[in-house]
Amino acid sequence: MANKYKEILIKPIIAENPITLQILGICSALAVTSNLTVTLIMCVALTSVVSLSNLFISIIRNHIPSSVRIIVQMTIIASLVIVVDELLKAYDYETSKKLSVFVGLIITNCIVMGRAEAFAMKEKPFPSFIDGLGNGLGYSFILIVVAVIRELFGAGTLMGVEIFPLVSNGGWYPANNLLLLPPSSFIIIGLLIWVIRVFNKEQVEEKDFSLSKHDVSPNYEKREINV
Amino acid sequence: MNDSIIKTLSVAFAVCLVCSLFVSFAAVNLRDTQNLNKINDQRVKVLQAAGIYDEANTNIEEQFSVLEAMFIDFSNNQIVSAIEGLDLDSYDPVEYSRKDGFFTAIPNDEDIAIVKNKENYGKIFILRDENNLINKVVLPIRGYGLWGTLFGYISLAADLNTVEGLEFYSHKETPGLGGEVDNPRWKKIWIGKKVYNNNKNVSLEVIKGAVNPQDQNIDYKVDGLSGATLTSRGVTNMLAYWFGESGYKQVLENLKNG
Repeated sequence: MANKYKEILIKPIIAENPITLQILGICSALAVTSNLTVTLIMCVALTSVVSLSNLFISIIRNHIPSSVRIIVQMTIIASLVIVVDELLKAYDYETSKKLSVFVGLIITNCIVMGRAEAFAMKEKPFPSFIDGLGNGLGYSFILIVVAVIRELFGAGTLMGVEIFPLVSNGGWYPANNLLLLPPSSFIIIGLLIWVIRVFNKEQVEEKDFSLSKHDVSPNYEKREINV
Repeated sequence: MNDSIIKTLSVAFAVCLVCSLFVSFAAVNLRDTQNLNKINDQRVKVLQAAGIYDEANTNIEEQFSVLEAMFIDFSNNQIVSAIEGLDLDSYDPVEYSRKDGFFTAIPNDEDIAIVKNKENYGKIFILRDENNLINKVVLPIRGYGLWGTLFGYISLAADLNTVEGLEFYSHKETPGLGGEVDNPRWKKIWIGKKVYNNNKNVSLEVIKGAVNPQDQNIDYKVDGLSGATLTSRGVTNMLAYWFGESGYKQVLENLKNG
């Protein structure tokens, strides 16, 4: 039994990562990763929302009418997100200011909804909770990697602590401003997917179609063209 | 059985009830802490603008108490200690610049900083020395940058002309570019700059590029933020508006003359 839970917990971290395999939750991965502190708070927020929503949805899964199941799930998720947002505003005001709408946008994060639909609606509460935790950790893992790269090379700092002294502050490191802009996360996530798939070949998708070889026919003769 | 109308309605009702109770319980319980955070955040910015914030002292209320808050009545540009119906401590000019009957729309040709509505009553923070003379004043300013309005405080020394500090508490500028308005090194440049020139015109501006140290107008120029021309321009316009005729100019004159 314990092994089963361990598998549910570990699998979403790399093997079935919600971001790099299912390509879900990209929006916030782009938006909040320019600073590691903010990213960590966001990861905690998402992980708690996805694991608790999985838990609650799983508890009442046998009573949810299929016609309104999405709305019921959304109500539970939205309530949790609002509470997380309120808690942040009360206990970590600085970070909540930086995260602004992105905590609220956890409601629309496909990972939360996806896990509720795919797992919590069918499984018992405890495994559902573990599944939520695992997926939250998978999301956090990718976000932290992206945030470390972006903050370190984009601003020369980690969690606001200076690592590379910037030229603009009298140091030697010219900051890469591209990394501070959201599109850079696309590139970093793309590279991460590539790296993961090099080691984890089963994640590589089948080709939709194969390219023809364009071989030169052996009967091909050079023709002279007279104009 | 789950799909009968009664079951559907009762499940929907029960879920909504439980969730709303849960959310309202959290909201009501956390409201006081949140409001305190918001107020303290503003206070810290005012203190930072005045250059008297002590990070080690976590009692922000106590630190803030050295500043004396006053209303500015923009109808006659006088500083007053009370206005009927308004509470000085909690009064927020920005909030009242959106409240019916408490603001005046700024004519388009005057609105260089895209402020849109100006509150009828402003707020000023005064730091007095032991002889009860003005040592510093802190004034709220705001104006449009690139993506949105920048809200901040600027502090002036006793001559009501020399900048003592500039601090933004809310803006939407690009991190790393316009967001560098929060860069401590850039904010430090402002200290000692002069707002008005000898002809009493607002001359302080953010220029493009770095200021030449030999420039004779160095007191009126601040290095631009690289890659953030529009934010820099926004800050210049903000100063021009708030220290101009429609802003604090007359107020400061009146204050200087007692």
